[in-house]
Amino acid sequence: MNIQLNGQPKEVADNITITALLESMELYGRRIAVEVNEELVTRSQFGSHQLKENDVIEIVQAIGGG
Amino acid sequence: MTDKLTIAGKQYNSRLLVGTGKYKDMDETQQAIETSGAEIITIAVRRTNMGQDANAANILDILPPDKYTILPNTAGCYDVKTAVRTLKLARELLDGHNLCKLEVLGDEKTLFPDVMQTLKAAEELVKDGFDIMVYTNDDPIMAREFEQMGCVAVMPLAAPIGSGLGIRNKLNIMTIVENANVPVLVDAGVGTASDAAQAMELGCDGVLMNTAIAAAQKPVMMASAMKKAIQAGREAYLAGRMPAKRFASASSPVDGLFFS
Repeated sequence: MNIQLNGQPKEVADNITITALLESMELYGRRIAVEVNEELVTRSQFGSHQLKENDVIEIVQAIGGG
Repeated sequence: MTDKLTIAGKQYNSRLLVGTGKYKDMDETQQAIETSGAEIITIAVRRTNMGQDANAANILDILPPDKYTILPNTAGCYDVKTAVRTLKLARELLDGHNLCKLEVLGDEKTLFPDVMQTLKAAEELVKDGFDIMVYTNDDPIMAREFEQMGCVAVMPLAAPIGSGLGIRNKLNIMTIVENANVPVLVDAGVGTASDAAQAMELGCDGVLMNTAIAAAQKPVMMASAMKKAIQAGREAYLAGRMPAKRFASASSPVDGLFFS
């Protein structure tokens, strides 16, 4: 199925969990935060939250800023 | 001297708060921030770059949350929704840490705050349990509104973000300070050490700056200068300056002159 990941289209396995998505990107366990369709998904939900077709995912991190 | 800055119930020794943007590299960032003595440092929240080296240093690796109080900002947000989303993500990133800097911008050229949107965002975020340090205009009435709404600190601009123009309206900053029951920190527009000292002499509780250090020819040296300026300005404020007078007043006694 297709999702939008940080502004880019991406093809992933059907019903993939956020944990599996992050693992495939070598981001699991890193200091990041995730939004699905403009709603925060907390870390404790990563394993159970399954993505759906056309979900819009944002993965963010801290960077230098003033 | 037991002159601490208290924000949202936590005490700090340093009254200089610094941003972490615009530095040449992570090494310079770390050195400048260390030298500044700042205990509260701002960060921004941005998309993880998918193509990047997974082992590349992250800002929070070199400036760890157990050593610094991390102040996530909403830079780049022009409406309530994006500001609220940004801070919810930041709270998650920082393991439930509630202290943050709210800025909702109104215009790309000036980066002046959109105070109407900022008010709405502040109201929503305070209700959601955030401790908001709010970036606003040098407007005493808005400062009062934010304080009454429950913001933990009010941060009027000295001048536009990144402009280095120094304090454009000293009288308004003084009025904001005199009226406030929460810390007032000048945020944005400081250019050099004397600007920072001036903010403190006006009675501000602290100063938040980024570009004044990062865009100096020698950022680490400027970080040191700013640290001293903040301390000097604070001490001058606490010491109470002499009244300015138009004409001279001799420093040596007139009595006892041996000539006439």
